[in-house]
Amino acid sequence: MSGQADTAAPAAPAAQGATVAMPAGPTELPGAIERELPGPVHHKGPGPAPSGWLDPRGRGLGARAFALHRLTGIALVFYLYVHLGILSMLLVGKAAWGSFLGVVTATGFLAFDVLLIFGLLFHGLNGIRVALVGSGFVVSRQGALFWAGTAIGSCALVFAALHVFGAFS
Amino acid sequence: MSIADELSTAEQTDTRRLRICRCKRGDGGEHFDEFEVPVGPHTTLLDALLWIQRHLDPTLAVRHSCLHASCGVCGVQVNGREELACVCELRDHADQITVEPLANLAVLTDLVVDMRPFYAHFPEQHPIIRTSELVAGAAAREGLGTFVRLEDCIECGLCVSACPIAATSHEYVGPAALVAAERLLEEPRGAEPEDVLRWADRPDCAWRCHVGMECSRVCPAQALPAERIMALRRKLIFDGQRGKGARR
Repeated sequence: MSGQADTAAPAAPAAQGATVAMPAGPTELPGAIERELPGPVHHKGPGPAPSGWLDPRGRGLGARAFALHRLTGIALVFYLYVHLGILSMLLVGKAAWGSFLGVVTATGFLAFDVLLIFGLLFHGLNGIRVALVGSGFVVSRQGALFWAGTAIGSCALVFAALHVFGAFS
Repeated sequence: MSIADELSTAEQTDTRRLRICRCKRGDGGEHFDEFEVPVGPHTTLLDALLWIQRHLDPTLAVRHSCLHASCGVCGVQVNGREELACVCELRDHADQITVEPLANLAVLTDLVVDMRPFYAHFPEQHPIIRTSELVAGAAAREGLGTFVRLEDCIECGLCVSACPIAATSHEYVGPAALVAAERLLEEPRGAEPEDVLRWADRPDCAWRCHVGMECSRVCPAQALPAERIMALRRKLIFDGQRGKGARR
């Protein structure tokens, strides 16, 4: 069969012991097409591919601070819209606003205020660290800067929480 | 000491269970296979992977070369942290160890990733293969604590895998390419510094870094990529190059 292979039907099984010739004309090397195909990208993190930044496994201080910075940033943007929505209740009338205040000044709800203050403090203080280090300042002390911000933020958070829950009134 | 030698000693009664991410094209995605391997006092992950190849599963694909953290081709994730398999001692890890390919680079097969996009992100002026200038036994000059060699970057890709920003954008050139750019500015070797700064000033270069510092943490060659990226930014800011980049 050598030299007489049917190029129109390459998948046809060859007779036992026969040699099948290469098809006529230019052809690619075996495996060349398969090698050019992009393989899957292995990602860290839960869920879809872009969530790798959220994966805490094996991560250090910087990456965890980055992840929390992002999460608090997203939460603050979300809160901004909620806040604007709440303010729009003033348009409804004094009675509606008064009853709403009754809900949000309940002790359980005030915990959300403390959570909000935590987000603001972390995002703000870590933002200062990122801005300084990211501009090339105190790069070698970025860890110490993080802990300094954490200490300041913790004190401020405790003070704010006491204030929110009326410890000073 | 190889694992074969260790098997002949009385100390190798310890074992570890390796949970290895497998991926063969056409198999429909990734899955994990588990293998139990004997572990001696100095058994490395690469020893164990090659032992699995020889004794349990010859289809396991691993890439390696120098066996002493010099070539940088055996990078993998070990329990989510990037390490070179050839210097990762299994005794330092718990009974079950999860081994995955590097993240953010396309998997060719099992633990082998395609490094072509990694090199493609390097600045054009950067010579990928260069002669090391290290002079063995050279004493540091007066006033210098030690010599710093940025050629220590072994281009292993661990920094790209560890970088949280690279996880969000494949356009980001990654820490290793930025280190190469900063090195070019320190010693241009014929490259035009302004071209390098213009390259680094693009949106997916120096300014995309968000100070996660993971690259410096996992770098096996202590090339300090994060610190070099910040040095590059300082040069961009104070050399007045900001805003001159080819913005998209």
